[in-house]
Amino acid sequence: MSETKKTDTVAEAVIPKQASAPEDREVLLKVEGLTKHFPIKKGILQRQVGAVKAVDGIDFEVRKGETLGVVGESGCGKSTMGRVITRLQDPTDGRITFEGQDITRLSTGQMRPLRRDIQMIFQDPYGSLNPRHTIGSIVSAPFRLQGVEPEGGVKKEVQRLLELVGLSPEHYNRYPHEFSGGQRQRIGIARALALKPKLVVADEPVSALDVSIQAQVVNLMDDLQEELGLTYVIIAHDLSVVRHVSDRIAVMYLGKIVELADRTSLYESPMHPYTKALMSAVPVPDPKRRGQKSERILLRGDVPSPIAPPSGCRFHTRCWKATQICKTTEPQLVELRSGQQVACHHPENFADQAPQDTVLLSVAKEASELVPDAVLEGSAEQAEAAEQAEAAEEGEAAEEAVAAEPADTAAKPSSAAGESERGSAADEKAAAPEGEAEASDTDSQESTDK
Amino acid sequence: MTELSKTGAAVGEPTPAGKAPEAFLEVRDLKVHFPTDDGLVKSVDGLSFSLERGKTLAIVGESGSGKSVTSQAIMGLHRLGARGKNVQMSGEIWLDGKELVAASPDEVRKLRGREMAMIFQDPLSAMHPYYKVGDQIVEAYRVHHDVSKKVARRRAIEMLDRVGIPEPAKRVDGYPHEFSGGMRQRAMIAMSLVNNPELLIADEPTTALDVTVQAQILDLIRDLQKEFGSAVIMITHDLGVVAEIADDVLVMYGGRCVERGRADEVFEKPQHPYTWGLLGSMPRIDRETSERLIPVKGQPPSLINVPSGCAFHPRCPYADIPKGNVTRTVRPDLELVSTGHWSACHLPAEDRERIWTEEIAPKL
Repeated sequence: MSETKKTDTVAEAVIPKQASAPEDREVLLKVEGLTKHFPIKKGILQRQVGAVKAVDGIDFEVRKGETLGVVGESGCGKSTMGRVITRLQDPTDGRITFEGQDITRLSTGQMRPLRRDIQMIFQDPYGSLNPRHTIGSIVSAPFRLQGVEPEGGVKKEVQRLLELVGLSPEHYNRYPHEFSGGQRQRIGIARALALKPKLVVADEPVSALDVSIQAQVVNLMDDLQEELGLTYVIIAHDLSVVRHVSDRIAVMYLGKIVELADRTSLYESPMHPYTKALMSAVPVPDPKRRGQKSERILLRGDVPSPIAPPSGCRFHTRCWKATQICKTTEPQLVELRSGQQVACHHPENFADQAPQDTVLLSVAKEASELVPDAVLEGSAEQAEAAEQAEAAEEGEAAEEAVAAEPADTAAKPSSAAGESERGSAADEKAAAPEGEAEASDTDSQESTDK
Repeated sequence: MTELSKTGAAVGEPTPAGKAPEAFLEVRDLKVHFPTDDGLVKSVDGLSFSLERGKTLAIVGESGSGKSVTSQAIMGLHRLGARGKNVQMSGEIWLDGKELVAASPDEVRKLRGREMAMIFQDPLSAMHPYYKVGDQIVEAYRVHHDVSKKVARRRAIEMLDRVGIPEPAKRVDGYPHEFSGGMRQRAMIAMSLVNNPELLIADEPTTALDVTVQAQILDLIRDLQKEFGSAVIMITHDLGVVAEIADDVLVMYGGRCVERGRADEVFEKPQHPYTWGLLGSMPRIDRETSERLIPVKGQPPSLINVPSGCAFHPRCPYADIPKGNVTRTVRPDLELVSTGHWSACHLPAEDRERIWTEEIAPKL
């Protein structure tokens, strides 16, 4: 049962260094305006005809000892981002600062000493280990390449590392094929930790593993962070895993960060509609909650192509709140609430950023279907109740919603509207006042704070 | 047939072997073994369950627990071509009054696609890259229906439209690579539903997809099931998906069923330590989980050397509670825990109750 071996044995070797509050912690990695475009070339002359805008201007910071989670759908550029910040790929534009040093344009040779400090854990535990090398030679490679002679010799150090990640030192002379997926991922982690890095970028570290093994690896990474004071950037598509491991989370959509917030704020009151949609789509392992998902947002269609991303807000083609301004003006990532940055004109759970703009785009009405059929009967009543509540509450913020709705219903005569249409319209109504109500709540709170 | 009556069926009393059951689909003591150079791989080793029309059964388990092999056995895919020589199958599979294990390949072929259809995990490799999507659907339809290509094409367009592919009349002439992942999976579903099958087997249909697309596909499957009244077997490792869609759950471990019952019951009062392990390993989006996950220690078993006694005993934290060496020597049979809820575990009922309520449930 080497898998389960606790890593207590080495706990005393390294004393974890943890700052008291996350805000006080030193910034380890700073990324400003990072872009990565992959050129598309055509013809004999190989002229560039376009570019895949995989990462298109993102800013964030990673502080010492914290875990930044990065989530998004496939093709949103999260993996490219990981490869660019570790300089496995060269950025097209922007600035990457690691410990105060600008590493954006360092050459391979200049990067080499920094490789000790920045390491990566890869997604595929099968593809990332050379099948012809023994585990010993794989895990000792960093020492060889960096010319480091650890205390007590390389072999001893490698065996210590294997033990640290829950493998047995006897595995030294075995080959990768003799290990299961979970064990291979542990080998990848041992290799990444060999040189005591400061920053570890993990690209989907557990998505290729079975659930029970996934939990083992997540716990291992947790333990190691505590013991070694590591800083993680964890890229994953599984929102539950990201919630479990991260302190702060960045949500990416089509090469941009749409929301960046600490874990609690993000999961309890997401502001970007995309974050909300993404989270409501995660199935919850509780059959009793089936049919109770009045908040369920079902995005239609697929992510647009990063070759020609939509104008303005990139999410406007699928957003149920999109208005004219979303099509024309790109929202900036701004800190609306302490520790919560959002790029949206009409955020959820907060005051509208563009209240003058009220006419919904036609795509917005079709963009999403809020509730599955089963819940419709229940929510119709809720909608009625909400409407009454809304009539009673004539706050400033609520006015826009009211103004928007008659236009909406006028456009669709109720006689012609099919059942589903009526359902979704009702739900839009139900959702809107609720969001507004919460927004006005926070408003009033803020004013009292002042 | 004592063993059979012990293993029982999820719904109602099992019918004696050899007789057609009442249930729409009934699998009895199914065994699928593959002889290899390293030894006999017992992928499925004595599995029984039943399923009614309009219901969804979820089969849950880790990779290598035998869930996909089970579905392929029902579809009769193990006996195709040269592979048929390398498999030992026994037991009974009754689909709508017809027995499939002993049936001739021709008989099964007539049912496959028409009465039972399958959605595969990876639609890119399940569809032929060289043929247009529409042509592949047309082919699936014309195998079972004597109609002209034109009629079949109309049917294909209608199906693509039904599964929510925009501009179906245009997309019908597209190739699989021109479709995105979610679209491809929709096209796959259109293909498997073109003959209105009564049994639909979905083998990890959403594992390769993003959560937003997963939600779309699950909704689609649910809608179509309601519309056609089909029985659905959903194979997955994601308990979230199970909770979302399943009426009944069957948890597999090491080629056998360790727990089976109604979904709400299995989530409410899981009886098997392995099910507890699965629930504990899952980070959950609906709760604040500052606490550590509770993983199942160790590795899934090799199906060549399935551990003696209870296959889960090397990984089970409670293996030493039952007296004697029973967990290591005697293989537990499925026992009825409450109505329609079965579990195969040696732990005495009161210990199980205590461990679940005191140790496991508070941590989930």
